[in-house]
Amino acid sequence: MKVDSIVNGIVLDHITAGKVMEVYDALKLDKLDCSVAILKNVSSNKMGKKDILKIDNDFDIDLDVLGYIDHNITVSYIKDGKTAEKKHLALPERIINVEKCKNPRCITSVERGLDQEFYLANREKQIYRCIYCDTKVTK
Amino acid sequence: MKKSIIDPMDLSVEEISDLLDLANDIMKDRTRYQDVAKHKILATLFFEPSTRTRLSFESAMLSLGGSVLGFPNANVSSATKGESVTDTIWTVSCYSDIIAMRHPKEGAPRVAMRRSKVPLINAGDGGHNHPTQTLTDLLTIQREKGRLNNLTVGFCGDLKFGRTVHSLLKALSRYEGVKFVFISPEELKLPEYLKEDLLDAKHLEYKEVRTMEEVMGELDILYMTRVQQERFFNEQDYLRLRDTYILDLNKLELAKKDLTIMHPLPRVNEISTEVDDDPRACYFKQVENGRYVRMALILTLLSLDHEVERL
Repeated sequence: MKVDSIVNGIVLDHITAGKVMEVYDALKLDKLDCSVAILKNVSSNKMGKKDILKIDNDFDIDLDVLGYIDHNITVSYIKDGKTAEKKHLALPERIINVEKCKNPRCITSVERGLDQEFYLANREKQIYRCIYCDTKVTK
Repeated sequence: MKKSIIDPMDLSVEEISDLLDLANDIMKDRTRYQDVAKHKILATLFFEPSTRTRLSFESAMLSLGGSVLGFPNANVSSATKGESVTDTIWTVSCYSDIIAMRHPKEGAPRVAMRRSKVPLINAGDGGHNHPTQTLTDLLTIQREKGRLNNLTVGFCGDLKFGRTVHSLLKALSRYEGVKFVFISPEELKLPEYLKEDLLDAKHLEYKEVRTMEEVMGELDILYMTRVQQERFFNEQDYLRLRDTYILDLNKLELAKKDLTIMHPLPRVNEISTEVDDDPRACYFKQVENGRYVRMALILTLLSLDHEVERL
């Protein structure tokens, strides 16, 4: 299968196979009117299978959100058909308004206008907890 | 010192040491401190019923010569009209110099802190944190043992839901040579996350057992908690387990002569009243210590902690 290279835009490579639509939704790519290529189950020497997203537009990506969903992703910024910058993601220390605290006793369940904020509690096990009640995020 | 105290871990080991030093100095002769907070107002916002904690805060502020402002019970606050925590605190911080707040929702004090114009003390948020109880416990251990390191601390009873256990465990995990023994039924074991994120992550020494008798002789501190009936689906299980963890004089015969017995109170029947007169029983000393540690905290947050020369 062949997908044309993009001239100016962003390529998200090494997405864990099966996670591409989660990335698509999290970045709200449905709101963009540019071309977006979604490649699923692409052969990869390193990963066996992987997903790829190509976005034919340059825009601000929330790398923290991306790192939280899948920190294996590499982000390449393409300018004039060439890779201008490549970023490897890490698990972010904080994530805001990506998940919702499921603890019914948490203040976020009643207080108006409060961000849903979580901190990285255990990097090795990739555990995030609510900054208010310390409840673990369960996906 | 930070402006507000929400989580016991907000305080560094050095800050805790300073607070305990001040509390100890107050206890030597509290009359020296009786006017230090004169003309200062403590607002006690208790959105949830409380007896000891509220009275302890009020007693602390009155003992410093300050005044206390509050509402008689949770049902008459503006929160019942649907006011947000943020708005309530913003308002009350215009009327007071310091706030002590208890709220049934976990994390409410962290939200409140953002809009408060004055220092705020978390007086308990649901089953989450209760930092002044932890400070009280630390003061008690320090006074009874003369140290906060190199201790074997046993926690007994409801270790799953008990917030005082979790907070004290976190606070003690920062001191050298502290070993933990967890005595609980299978149903009320310490949550896995505390073992993984805290005990295992810091390579701390601990063990879990089912009976008090098998570890009693090892303990320097025995921290008793209430096994709460509402946590059980089956009343027979509750009755069986409740009776397993009654501390009485027979069990105490196995203990060290200098054991310190603690309990955050209220007690139901997990410590037999015959233990009350044993010199190792410290749970009512804890209550008294709570008043002095709260005095120390109020003075520190109001930057009045150096107003009196130390003895």
